[in-house]
Amino acid sequence: MPAFTDLLFYAFAGLALLFGFLCVANPFSRSPVTSAMFLVLTIIALAGLFILLHAFFLAAVQILVYAGAVMVLFLFVIMLLDLKEEDRRKMRGFTIGAGALAVVAIAGILIRAVIAAQPLAQGILVEGETKPLGKLLFTQYLLPFEVMSLLLLVAMVGVILLSKKEIK
Amino acid sequence: MTPGLNHYLVVSALLFCLGLFGVLARRNLIVIYMCLELMLNAANLALVAFSRFNANLNGQVMVFFIITVAAAEVAVGLALIVALYRKRQTAHVEDLTSLRF
Repeated sequence: MPAFTDLLFYAFAGLALLFGFLCVANPFSRSPVTSAMFLVLTIIALAGLFILLHAFFLAAVQILVYAGAVMVLFLFVIMLLDLKEEDRRKMRGFTIGAGALAVVAIAGILIRAVIAAQPLAQGILVEGETKPLGKLLFTQYLLPFEVMSLLLLVAMVGVILLSKKEIK
Repeated sequence: MTPGLNHYLVVSALLFCLGLFGVLARRNLIVIYMCLELMLNAANLALVAFSRFNANLNGQVMVFFIITVAAAEVAVGLALIVALYRKRQTAHVEDLTSLRF
């Protein structure tokens, strides 16, 4: 009798893969809005997996930043650009074939590596609670943290410059 | 069977491959961008799994940074796409071939 959390893992993993597939290659709709919605669902399923890995803070950040901020930005841009007439263009057979070939090759390499890897000696499992994470962030990783704030500032200035009417 | 590190890594690899397929096969710039996000998320899942099963929090800090950088990257990338669309009236990669040899 498998434990409840094990079943939850399979449920979330299956949902993440299913929604990911529907985001990438939805057989019913080519619309970017559909893709964006399924990407949101994939991200939520991944947040569930994070919770199963006891990374509670990251699960919250995943939902807030990705499903909240980033996807809203995507939807804004999709609606701004009004991409409706491009729905009908078909995917070409050649690109699908080449893409599938590359992907199967890389999937083979990755899965082979995972299977061939030595199983880990099952030691202590880390708890990803907020307190130790914050401590680590503000001691050992203080400099990268500050650099990150600078990066956000640079991105903000860059976006404002890029979205001006005239790019000189 | 209790899911161990390998299970999470397989899920992560499959998600990454889905994203890669999207980048290669889809022809809409915004959808390609979303597939890139999917690949980033797959990498995040692998990092969190490693962090959990190696009893080491550094992987989670890395994921935190990746999420931050991804947010900045999305903002800049979408601004670029909007600027491009304003100039060319298209967000379709087959119409954007002026750099092609």
